[in-house]
Amino acid sequence: MTTTVPLVEHFALGLDAPICLTWELTYACNLACSHCLSSSGRRDPRELTTDEAKAVIDELQRMQVFYVNIGGGEPTVRSDFWELLDYATAHDVGVKFSTNGIKIDVEAARRIAANSYVDVQISIDGATADVNDAVRGAGSYDTAVRALRHLSDVGVSAKLSVVCTRYNIPQLDQFKEIADRYGAQLRLTRLRPSGRGADVWDELHPTQAQQRELYDWLVLHGEGVLTGDSFFHLAAYGESLPGLNLCGAGRVVCLIDPVGDVYACPFAIHEQFLAGNVRSEGGFARVWRKSDLFLELREPQSGGTCRSCNQYDACRGGCMAAKFFTGLPLDGPDPECVKGYGEMGLSKVVAGAAPKPSLDHSHKGGVRGGPVPVTIGRRPDRACDEDPLAGLAAATAR
Amino acid sequence: METTVVAEETTAQDVAPTEDVEEDLLVEDVSIDGMCGVY
Amino acid sequence: MTTASATPSVLDRAWDVSPRVSIRPESFGALLYHFGTRRLSFLKDRRLLEVVQHLATSATAREACVAAGLAADELATYALALTKLADTDMLQERS
Repeated sequence: MTTTVPLVEHFALGLDAPICLTWELTYACNLACSHCLSSSGRRDPRELTTDEAKAVIDELQRMQVFYVNIGGGEPTVRSDFWELLDYATAHDVGVKFSTNGIKIDVEAARRIAANSYVDVQISIDGATADVNDAVRGAGSYDTAVRALRHLSDVGVSAKLSVVCTRYNIPQLDQFKEIADRYGAQLRLTRLRPSGRGADVWDELHPTQAQQRELYDWLVLHGEGVLTGDSFFHLAAYGESLPGLNLCGAGRVVCLIDPVGDVYACPFAIHEQFLAGNVRSEGGFARVWRKSDLFLELREPQSGGTCRSCNQYDACRGGCMAAKFFTGLPLDGPDPECVKGYGEMGLSKVVAGAAPKPSLDHSHKGGVRGGPVPVTIGRRPDRACDEDPLAGLAAATAR
Repeated sequence: METTVVAEETTAQDVAPTEDVEEDLLVEDVSIDGMCGVY
Repeated sequence: MTTASATPSVLDRAWDVSPRVSIRPESFGALLYHFGTRRLSFLKDRRLLEVVQHLATSATAREACVAAGLAADELATYALALTKLADTDMLQERS
């Protein structure tokens, strides 16, 4: 009988090419979401040109990267977006692009429908406009729903991607309803304290009780719900959720940013996790295969202080980016460790000591329709009530 | 032998094989979405 | 179907890798990605990859297994793996 090493061990030690990767095409964005992982808003003048982007696609094809997740900023605001999309799919690279929906009119929907190598993911962070727009800005909910409607009308099954927060975890069933209504597939993902996310993390990240609620919901109702494997830290609750259940950064995935910088992961845009640049000699392939950072990440990880915890094999110490941007040591617990060790660690972090990314492409000044702040500071109806919308009249669904 | 469930397009969320089905050791399925570190 | 009847059935048929599947050899075996279903399969054994690579030029899966150097008592394991790949449209039967 053949004995096989667990897959996790193979991937943890790295591959000759990523299996898939995130590619942020631009830092430009029409929105100014309060938790933006890439601090996007303003275009960077050093963006890759169309030809440089095509050269990257050529490399991905040679490396047999199966699938690329195109995001940003808002990728569709690049004037060559559709050209690059078609170029990728014509060169054996499957594409999923993530969008706030601003350019997904009927014509765009038809274009997507006509290309079987393209998937589209609509971002939404509230099942109702008030919850969504508080994070993503006035009108963004309507934009997303309009995009969903256009896609549904032409028979495209989109993905509806949600970043789980303190305010929308009570809305999980409603998200499922919206996805079902438009023939879309629901995707729930983890909020990380990355980019502008660091500024709102204390207020937005789920409470421990909500993490448990989310986990239970996924176990019970989550068949067919995608998660991008972003909740592997919750495996410490019990059975692991579907997916590889490990940190893929620099091992099976990575990020290519709008100026060609290669980072371990889109949630780790910081010099510490910068492996190289695609414009340098050897291109992306050389960075992936030979950069010091990625070779280091592919060394067996000791687990550090988490090693003695009986849940380590399940959670693998959690998310590197979450630890880094909350000022926690990388060889210790995740800030949202389900056993509470992360909270203990956080209490020791000196205020202001957490690293900040050096790049910030956020819009300066106001953005028309910028995020509507949630009314915070309102005392809950009951001391133990964790739902910030408790007591408010139900918002009218649009 | 139990017929392997054929998952729908992109809903493939195959869990790792259970311990007593050793024959499945050689093939493991994961959704392309099942990797942490992508959008 | 019982194990006894399922196993020979797979081995005695002719198979091709689906044209929408991309095979990427790896040190531990291979990655298979189906561009239609978006499904990813890991072959966790190099010899299984060899079997798959021999299928197109073999009259039956059994022949491909022999070409890959498998012993008779290993066929059942590989047959189940091939069945799983067929069930997930990675392999399609050749008429």
